[in-house]
Amino acid sequence: MAVKNFVLVCGGTACESTKGDEIFKALLKSATKHGIKDDVQIIKTGCFGFCEKGPIVKVLPEEEFYVEVTPEDAEDIIAETVVKGRTVERLAYKDASTKGSVSSEKIKFYQKQYRVVLRNCGLINPEDINEYIARDGYLALEKCLTGELTPDSVIEHLKVSGLRGRGGAGFPTWLKWNFSKNVTADQKYVVCNADEGDPGAYMDRSTCEGDPHSIIEAMAIAGFTCGADTGYIYIRAEYPLAIERLNIAIEQAKEAGLLGDNILGSDFSFNLEIRLGAGAFVCGEETALLASIEGKRGMPIPKPPFPAVKGLWGKPSIINNVETFANIPVILTKGGAWFKSIGTAGSPGTKVFALTGQIENSGLVEVPMGTTLRDIVFDIGGGIKNGRKFKAVQTGGPSGGVITEQFLDTPIDFDTLTSIGSMMGSGGMIVMSEDDCIVDVTKFYLEFCVEESCGKCSPCRIGTKKMHEILEKITSGKGEMDDIQKLKDIGKAMKTASLCGLGQTAANPVLSTLKYFEDEYLEHIQDGKCRAGSCKDLMQYKVVTEKCIGCTVCARKCPVNCIEGERKAPHFIVQEKCVKCGACYEACKFDAITIS
Amino acid sequence: MAIVNIKINGLPVEVEEGTKILKAAKKAGVNIPVLCEHSDLEPWAACGICIVKVEGSPKLIRACATDVVEGQNYITHDPELQEVRRTVLELIISNHPLECLNCARNGVCELQNLAEDFCIREVPFESGVKDLPRDESTTSLVFDPRKCVNCGRCVQVCQQLQDVWALEFIGRGDETLMTAAGGALMSESPCIKCGQCSAHCPVGAIYEKDETKEFLKMIGSDKHVAVQIAPAVRVAIGEMFGMEPGEITTGKIYAALRRLGVDAVFDTNFAADLTIMEEGSELVERVTKGGILPQITSCCPAWTDYMEKYFSDMIPHFSTAKSPMMMQGAVTKTYYAEKMNIDPATIASVAIMPCTAKKYEISRDDNMQASGYNDVDLVLTTRELGRLIKSAGIDFVNLPDEKADSPIGAYAGAGTIFGVTGGVMEAAVRTAHKLVTGEEIKDVNITAVRGAENVKVGEVTLGDAKLKVAVAHGMANVRDIMNEVRAAKAAGQEPPYHFIEVMACKGGCIAGGGQPYGTNDVVRAKRTAGIYSDDEKSVVRCSHQNPEIIQIYKDYLGEPCSHKAHDLLHTKYQERPLYTK
Repeated sequence: MAVKNFVLVCGGTACESTKGDEIFKALLKSATKHGIKDDVQIIKTGCFGFCEKGPIVKVLPEEEFYVEVTPEDAEDIIAETVVKGRTVERLAYKDASTKGSVSSEKIKFYQKQYRVVLRNCGLINPEDINEYIARDGYLALEKCLTGELTPDSVIEHLKVSGLRGRGGAGFPTWLKWNFSKNVTADQKYVVCNADEGDPGAYMDRSTCEGDPHSIIEAMAIAGFTCGADTGYIYIRAEYPLAIERLNIAIEQAKEAGLLGDNILGSDFSFNLEIRLGAGAFVCGEETALLASIEGKRGMPIPKPPFPAVKGLWGKPSIINNVETFANIPVILTKGGAWFKSIGTAGSPGTKVFALTGQIENSGLVEVPMGTTLRDIVFDIGGGIKNGRKFKAVQTGGPSGGVITEQFLDTPIDFDTLTSIGSMMGSGGMIVMSEDDCIVDVTKFYLEFCVEESCGKCSPCRIGTKKMHEILEKITSGKGEMDDIQKLKDIGKAMKTASLCGLGQTAANPVLSTLKYFEDEYLEHIQDGKCRAGSCKDLMQYKVVTEKCIGCTVCARKCPVNCIEGERKAPHFIVQEKCVKCGACYEACKFDAITIS
Repeated sequence: MAIVNIKINGLPVEVEEGTKILKAAKKAGVNIPVLCEHSDLEPWAACGICIVKVEGSPKLIRACATDVVEGQNYITHDPELQEVRRTVLELIISNHPLECLNCARNGVCELQNLAEDFCIREVPFESGVKDLPRDESTTSLVFDPRKCVNCGRCVQVCQQLQDVWALEFIGRGDETLMTAAGGALMSESPCIKCGQCSAHCPVGAIYEKDETKEFLKMIGSDKHVAVQIAPAVRVAIGEMFGMEPGEITTGKIYAALRRLGVDAVFDTNFAADLTIMEEGSELVERVTKGGILPQITSCCPAWTDYMEKYFSDMIPHFSTAKSPMMMQGAVTKTYYAEKMNIDPATIASVAIMPCTAKKYEISRDDNMQASGYNDVDLVLTTRELGRLIKSAGIDFVNLPDEKADSPIGAYAGAGTIFGVTGGVMEAAVRTAHKLVTGEEIKDVNITAVRGAENVKVGEVTLGDAKLKVAVAHGMANVRDIMNEVRAAKAAGQEPPYHFIEVMACKGGCIAGGGQPYGTNDVVRAKRTAGIYSDDEKSVVRCSHQNPEIIQIYKDYLGEPCSHKAHDLLHTKYQERPLYTK
């Protein structure tokens, strides 16, 4: 009997953590209860991307898009939508402006997106190889093994496509593969960098969770192209769901004869293993990653030689990140020219961003290269939370820089981002509003780098720490004017004299915020003022004597008993004792407490 | 090797393909400043000071780690580079205690030199020196983690050069710390006390345990202070007084020691000859009577410690002969004491050694008290003696040459070559020839075992017998030979060698962990040449011809390996755990 409906439940980490699995089970239970188990196929998919509204349940063919679903809603979804074909209004996504329910194809969050990398995420069951195959999965690998594609034509397709590595630096993928292909060696390796470490970024995790076979297929193709028979996926142990799904996918691919010895009866063999990382940010740097796979302390080594020539255990190794690999099968099935037609001339294709921060619709978005930041933030992202004013966007994670309002209409690609002082990085995109203090946010990034510097080279190890100390000084109102110059000097030394990409870019948040927001730094230092009101040490709570009626509520709420005054007489705050918790401000019904 | 044409600051230079920019610049007469780089080690590229520009590229690259590329012009110095280097240096210094006055490297510190060159007069950044305890757990070395600049040299030395793996980085970022593996104390780790870490440390983070005060106390006491000097000391200590590496200063050291107030000046070279008599006889015994082969040398205490930890199955192969230093100490407090009618209890036996492990050896087990008292009471490194001489105001360079005291001060050329890799082997062969064939060897120069190669394998003819020998130096070069022996043993085959000489330090004792700073291959070669020239100048070249050796056997020990010799001059070994924590 043909299946009438498909119910897709998001099985990404974010939705799973908010009872996605329970929803899935509840849906199954309800379907059984209503006796329609065979009419409906309930599928746990990869991430839908719209994490702000998760857990998400989508019903096809009606295109119903249900958000913030709980296990208790399962019964209504089955009874109303599946059985009776009616929309469950309370669950349906409402458009922010019209407030009306909209079906999935009309949701603004998706309208400007273009899904290449995430083509299967939220659509197929990642734990079923057949669903991947049904969507042209393993077709590219088959073409390689049946002679339709050769190592040279694979390289040619990649060259035509203009695909650049999505891990950060944007190195042309075909060139990397070609280096490795042209080196003669008794052993070569293919390595997938799934050590996504930028704060707030989860593009690669979602791809592994939602479409693991695309990575496996691409790695096998890389092996075919450069002559490697072994591959490693280096993934952080903090991604248990992604690891589980990759493991299932590897097993299924092996069973299907798509991995292992003599794939599809050819003389090409390719074996794949997963290597777990302990979560050090630096292990996303390729030489440190390779060291970690070898069982050594993850620390970068100087390049050249590049891994493509001398990599894992000294052997030529292709190393690409998850998103790069995920692009490859579809480039080979649809052709390099097709890929080239998407995006900009210098950066063809799409880019997945993890949109977070002060944004209405946080989530994973995939857009063609060249999309403007305005489109991403305001159309897809729905604008700034609570109607606040846009301040800046941090791209490239802790290695990137801020993009200010003046660049909102710049088409985003590898080169434009670099030219405006930021970088693509792996695709983290953190939106800041006027409520964010730029110095404080920069301090946050620096703190991350202080902790994640591998400690090998002195500019990065010491530079990050000293910069952080200076920012700490500034945000606590103890900044001095020459601190600005010190930050610039350290920044320059880090940028030019650090060994690896992490160190060379770790100063970027400081340098770029100094470039665009130096006035805010100066306000902190000279005026002792934090315009965003987030640097507590620069704030003072004061009682407005004229408004205070001496009700004593504030004094009773104060956790450190720093508010004094007689009953029915104006109170005052002992500043030395105040911890700036804001309890008095919240408690006062007469607006008698001000913040300055 | 192909030749590459490059430019350094616009000046054309020709270098071999694969040359690093740093070395190429040196060839062009330009010294690029470095802190972490050391010619003994693979480039680690940590400090960030040796950055240079390639004309036409915006990126700065590390001169220590980057191969030259045909046609490129490297800018090694300009205001921008100097500014960046200065900032990096300021960052490093801000995390380093400014305690130069009471630092072991005061005046010989590579960071201090850089600070001087870059005119650092103030440090713009807050001090990040951490409050970390000093590790004084071994008898040889002190590790002061506060002073560590994380250059990685010691870790590389310990892991790559020495294959000991006692040192490792732990922690990340600002918390990164070089420490005995896993955060243990040095004494709880596999550390073999070779001190190569201290010889390579650019600052005063790892240094020999200073015992100069104890020495002065002995001098000031009623004790009869008897001092011996090791072979390698004589070709190196002059460097601390501006002399060339390799200059032989034996007579000056004797004179200096007397001026420092010691009562008797002996030479470890005498005991090296004695070692040859014992160890050589032991070898002949093993070879001719079907003993356990190969025999392995036991002179090097770092190697002995390493063997006891990593290759304890080799204990039966180890020569039971004590090291020359221990033998010298033993005969000082027995033979010499009896002969001079001095109560051994009143003798203070001091050894001047190129080595930090020797400080450990004197108490490594309870066999080190032949007379009932410590064979050796105190070990000072070459560096410590140099400082003592300086502080006593002795004009070392212009000292007259003096002679060592009898009856345990004379040495043959064979004794002096103990200071270089292959030397113990060569000295042993010279005497073994006589012991096996009854005839003196025709050519005392056994060139097959000389040279700087990591492992030297050869065959020596002793009359009808052929002796297969192997020589290894640098602890990392030992494993393969030991595994070869193990494999043959396991397969029930003939042993691949009859005699194996091992020295822990690259080049042998001339490059020991206690030698003057600045050791590299150039210095090694000069010191080695000094040792061989000392041998050549010796009238007597073979240990068994040393008149004082002949005398001691005649008057006191009887035969080599006699019961008395065994009591005084031989020892035992034991398996030791890698970690005691």
